[in-house]
Amino acid sequence: MPILKWVRYGAWSAVAIVSFVSAAILLGWWRVEGPGRAATVGQNAPAIGGPFTLVNQAGKTVTDREFRGKPMAVFFGFTNCPEVCPTTLVQMANLTKQIGPSADQLQVLLITVDPERDTPEQLALYLQSFDPRVVGLTGSREQVDAALKAYKGYAKKVPTDNGYTMDHSASVYLMRADGSFRTMIDYHEEDASALAKIRMVLE
Amino acid sequence: MNRLVMGAVAAALSFAQFPTVASAHDYAVGSLKIGHPWARATPPAAKVGGGYLKIENSGTAPDRLLGGTTEAAARLEIHESTFTDGIARMREKTEGVAVGPGETVELRPNAIHLMLVDLKGQLKQGDTVKASLRFERAGPVEVEFQVQGIGAQPQATPGHATH
Repeated sequence: MPILKWVRYGAWSAVAIVSFVSAAILLGWWRVEGPGRAATVGQNAPAIGGPFTLVNQAGKTVTDREFRGKPMAVFFGFTNCPEVCPTTLVQMANLTKQIGPSADQLQVLLITVDPERDTPEQLALYLQSFDPRVVGLTGSREQVDAALKAYKGYAKKVPTDNGYTMDHSASVYLMRADGSFRTMIDYHEEDASALAKIRMVLE
Repeated sequence: MNRLVMGAVAAALSFAQFPTVASAHDYAVGSLKIGHPWARATPPAAKVGGGYLKIENSGTAPDRLLGGTTEAAARLEIHESTFTDGIARMREKTEGVAVGPGETVELRPNAIHLMLVDLKGQLKQGDTVKASLRFERAGPVEVEFQVQGIGAQPQATPGHATH
């Protein structure tokens, strides 16, 4: 009976597909959330943060030392970025508003990854739309690269038909008042957990 | 006769004052429906802005959004944002956005979206921005983007909750 034979093949194929999909889901869980997940930042992780010398939106040269004594939220971005950077700045403004007056302690730093276009004047204009406490930082390419290196951040210039765009790290680094790394807020992270993380460095 | 013309003009003007009430902010071309085009407000000095909309293809043939033009910027391109391992990347999609028969595709923040490149001025919340979208099959269609807040999300579309 050839029909029965095909039904049997069909059934076994279905079993194989279901088993494969189940195994894939299980493996995915194991590697992402389960015991097989990659270790997050632990004691042996390389130190994040460190010295930098940059230029603020008023055109003044500043170093990391001037921000000591207060926790920092450090973010790498650029003003030719229509989504990630404004979204992050809006989220930071909303979260600090929810925290209230104690959030005044938090210094939010936007370090541009695109110093060629992001002059201090450009940063000053751009930041008018956000929380006035945000400090915009630029500098020479070397100064920006040094800051990126200190924070283990990533930025890459990518040519386009009409110019270029920047790939860049999209996380907010939360630093303690002494300048040491505490944790980071991922892009797309829920407000509730981001809020809890900010409170951790404000304590 | 004169009164008839005056009456028609008056009626047209009264409609013109409430365009958002009178229409659901949808546009149609061929078998495509373009739902609620909106853009995000931009900070001063920003050179780029994002535009978002839904395309519903009720026809039997596939179509493709290829880009367009806008009064507000030098170019209107299609871009895709992606995130992997904490890195944000954005690339132009020169091949456009395919919308198969019976399909609805949404252009939204942090995914495939329209990019207003080299803005002629700041996009301010409450503004409307005229644009012409170009489809491979259906051809061009004139739309207006409603400018919402800087960090606005697709679900936060005041006055369009019924969509």
